[in-house]
Parts: sequence; structure tokens; C-alpha cells
Amino acid sequence: MTQPAESAPPERRDSSAVLPVAASAMPPVGAAAPTPPAAVAMRRFSAWYGRHQVLQAIDLDIPERQVCAFIGPSGCGKSTLLRWVNRMNDSIVGARADGTLTLHGSDLLGRTVDVVALRRRVGMVFQKPNPFPKSIKENVVFGAKLHYRLARADLDEIVEKALRAAALWDEVKDRLGSPALGLSGGQQQRLCIARALAVDPEVLLMDEPCSALDPRSTASIEALIRQLRTNYTIVIVTHNMQQASRISDTTAFFFEGRLVENSATDLLFTSPTQKQTEDYVSGRFG
Amino acid sequence: MTRPEAPLTSRTRMSQVVLIACALAAFIAVTALASLLLSIAVEGTGSLSWKFLTSFASRKAASAGILAPLAGSVWVCAICAFVAIPMGIGTALYLEEYAKKSRLQGIIQLNISNLAGVPSIVYGLLALAVFVRCFGFRSGETPLSFSVDWSAMRILSPGDPDSLWFIQIPFGSGVLAGGLTLALVVLPIMITASQEALRAVPKSLRQAAEALGSTRWQVAWRVTLPAALPTMMTGAILSISRALGEAAPLLVIGGFLMVMQTPTNLMSDFTVLPMQIYNWSGRPQEEFHRIAAAAIIVQLAVLLTFNALAIFVRQSFQKPLQS
Repeated sequence: MTQPAESAPPERRDSSAVLPVAASAMPPVGAAAPTPPAAVAMRRFSAWYGRHQVLQAIDLDIPERQVCAFIGPSGCGKSTLLRWVNRMNDSIVGARADGTLTLHGSDLLGRTVDVVALRRRVGMVFQKPNPFPKSIKENVVFGAKLHYRLARADLDEIVEKALRAAALWDEVKDRLGSPALGLSGGQQQRLCIARALAVDPEVLLMDEPCSALDPRSTASIEALIRQLRTNYTIVIVTHNMQQASRISDTTAFFFEGRLVENSATDLLFTSPTQKQTEDYVSGRFG
Repeated sequence: MTRPEAPLTSRTRMSQVVLIACALAAFIAVTALASLLLSIAVEGTGSLSWKFLTSFASRKAASAGILAPLAGSVWVCAICAFVAIPMGIGTALYLEEYAKKSRLQGIIQLNISNLAGVPSIVYGLLALAVFVRCFGFRSGETPLSFSVDWSAMRILSPGDPDSLWFIQIPFGSGVLAGGLTLALVVLPIMITASQEALRAVPKSLRQAAEALGSTRWQVAWRVTLPAALPTMMTGAILSISRALGEAAPLLVIGGFLMVMQTPTNLMSDFTVLPMQIYNWSGRPQEEFHRIAAAAIIVQLAVLLTFNALAIFVRQSFQKPLQS
């Protein structure tokens, strides 16, 4: 979990001070001209752990069926933001947020939001591969079984489809019943992706999905992410700027809880408009 | 800056002193245990026989056996397991998965830690009031009695004392009261062991299940419990072997009885191995000391079997949870 190292300026707003959504609903700075509709939209989104403010008034649109990378130094709040999109922060005592966060226009922050239904629409892949200590097949169908009533034949179909989508089918099709923990790290991570895809989400959140993997596995996951963008909206947090430039369509650079710059990836890396972005992507700090 | 070197000889000497002290401590502990076992074996093996295991108590040591306490121990521990294991696991689940970090959890946790330190005889006093006497319900009158006829799905009142499902309220000092008493004694141990088992389940597995859209119960039932169950079972078996060795709380609720039959229903009078051992070893005659030693051998054999079972469960069912 990301814990900000530096103390952010004490800029706390209560919800009454938040501007109306329309007033700030302008396109993000420097976005590529034909912007697809936003899958996830944030307006003046702020988040706290206890009294410590982690994110400050973020305005960000995450375009549909594209890969959006979150980059920034450790503690900049990018993981926290990612975890708010599927409300994984709910289990953290003292975590709260303000502003608006919507998925295809519907609110994600209200008390009445059904978190279980939300997580069916927004899947997540974690930093370290975390397959269940069950068989490969049981791992893939775990989420699907939670949300759908399925016959045995449907299950087989789901398993094959999800494993093919995660580019793992050919490697494991003959041993679907063997334990998932027997797979290599890269295979385990692709299994976790297959498990998330089997639920048929709209958005896939990835929190540094390659940081525990070797270069070859990383390459296969990156190739997979490029393929998946045709069907899914993908948000990926990464510490690796080469990775961000290789796989993402848009990149958002965060620093000390603020969104510094968000634009098409090639623009952000070649001609950043902000000094901080330039310093970071050229490796001068972070 | 130069730093003066600590003299090497004094450091090595210190290390040797500690080594000798620890070895001595270990030696004393093992010798004490070994001499205890040896003296019991020498005194008791002569009296061990099939007849000893299958006879009831007697005024003559030569014809006395431990059938009644053996059967009593099995009944009481079975009831104890039946009550304490689900309650212990349920409590642990509530505390770890639901009430995490709430005020109530703090209070309950504090109470459980305190209860684990309460002498078992105090549980006996509690059980005397709650189970044996049911807070004085119908004291001095004939107890409320009924029995359940499962084949006809009906309740008979007054109950049929020959039926297995014969219940009296208050319970009196039968096997039900005994089992519930022991359940009280081992519950804190069972809860703590189950909590440890749940805490050992990696957080990443819970997060994986949550992120796929599991409810809290689904996380617990499909991920956390299966992963924690082998450890919980080890804790359960160790809890039951603790129950098997308890005499004090049972002495409080019933006193020692010379029981001449094995229990037939939940209200039956009973005695258990530790109480029988206590009774025989307190008698002046030498012969009774010998059969007490034989009973201790039986008790130890049962305990070791239970502990071996716990180790077996831990070894064979514990799957790795992470790569």
C-alpha cells in the first residue's frame, strides 16, 4: 500500500465547498484530439487516511477501452487512487474520500453503492500474484461462480475463454486440475488476470502487476495488456516509465497527491508541459 | 577514532557459561519427566490388562477397572468438542473477519485473554450454578423432563429415561453438564487458536476474493476458513486433550462417584479418568496406587494419541498458501 512519505499541505475542503461537477468538467490537459468517452471520471476527488490527505482535488478522465498508466514517485497517491475505483480502501480504517468518482456516469462513492456489484464491473490485479491455493480451474471460476448461476458446461467454456484471453490456455490446458501454486510467477499473474476477466468486468485495475516478475514474464504480461485494451478499459499503476511508455495510451503523472499532468503517453514523455513531469520522466528525481 | 576492542576471551567464556546453563536446564527438565514416566511404568504396567480396561470400579483393587471413567471421558470430551469447536471457530471468525478493530472487539478480546487465565475450578463453580442447577430452576421439585423421539418427530413429556435423547432441566451433574463445563474451560484456548489460524491466512488471499466481488461471508467461507482449517483442527485437538486432563471443574459439579455403568444418555452420571486417578491415588492401600499408575498409563496413551493426531493433521493437510 502506498503511504505518502511527505506530508501534503493541509488543504482540506468539506463537501459543501466542492465546485459543481459541470464547472470543472473540462477535458483533461493535452488529451489527444478524438477522446473516447470516459469510463471512469473524477472531479475534485480528494482522499484521506485518517487526517492525512493523500489525494488533492484530482480531475481525471480515464478513456474507455484504452490503457491509462498512473506514474509518479512512491507515496504520490497513485495506488490509493486506483484502489478507490473498486473501493478496496473500504477495509482500511480511516480511509475516506470526497468529490466525485463515477463509472460510466454512475456514482461510486455513496454509501448506497453496492460494493460487490461494483467489483463485478471493476476487476483488479495485484502487485504480487495471489492465486488461491486451489486448482487452476477453481481459480478461474471463483469470481464467475460468485456472480452467475452456471452449469458445468458453462464453467468449462468460461475457463477456456478466460485463460485464452489471458494468453495462458496453451500452457495449462492439459493440467487445469493441478494446483495454481505450482505455476511460475508470470503464469500465476496471468492466471490472476484470467480470474479477473472471467467475471466479465468493464474496467481492469492493475497495481504494479509486473513488479514481482522477471523480464520475460513482464514482456508477456505487457503484450497481454496491449491485447486486452480492445475489450477492456485498463488502468495500470507502474513504477517503470519504460513500461508506461510501451503499453499505455494515456499517462497521468502524480506528485505529492496532485495530478500534475495527464495526456497522451507519447506527448507526456516527449514534450511534457510541466517542469515536474519533465524532471520525473527524464529521471532527474523519483 | 579508535575503538577499544572487547576482550575476546571473556566473550567466549560468557558464551560457554550460557551454553552450560541452558543444557543443565534442559537436562533437569527431561530427567524429571523421564523419572516420572519410569516410576509410573514400573508401578502400573503389572496391573494393565484387558480386564482392567473393561471392568467397573470395585472395592477390591484386584478386580477394579476403568471402564466407567474411560467411557465417561469419551462422552464428556465428545460433548465438549461438539460445543467448543463450532463456538470457538464462530467466535474467532466474528472477531477476525467481521468485528475487526471495533470497540466491541476490543472488549471481547480482553475478556477472552482474561478467561484463558481463570483457574479451571472457577469454571466448575460457574457450571454448577448455570448447568447443574440452571440458576435454581425448579430447585426442590422434580426436574422438568422430556425426551425427543426422532423417528416420530415428537417430544415426549415426561421423558423416557431409557431414551438416548432424555433431557432434564436442570441438567444435574450428568455428562451434558460435564461436557458443557469442559467446553467453558477450553473455549478461550479454542478461540485463540482459531484466531491465530485465521491471522496466518495471507491478506493477499482475502484481497483477491474481495476484489472479485465476494461478500464478507463468501470470503470467509470460500477462502479464509479452508485455508485456516488445518491449523484450527490442530488447535481443536489440543483443546480436547486439555479437556481430557481436567479433574478440578468436574469434581466441583459432581464430586466423585463410584459409577457402575457406562453413560446411556446425556443425563447419565459419569466419572472421568483424572477423577478416578485422583480417587485411587488418595487411598491408603498400596494396591490402589498400582492401579492408579495403570490408569495414568491409559490416560497418557490417550493424550499422546490425540497429540499425534494433531501433528498428523498439521503435517498432511497443511497446504502452502503462497508460492
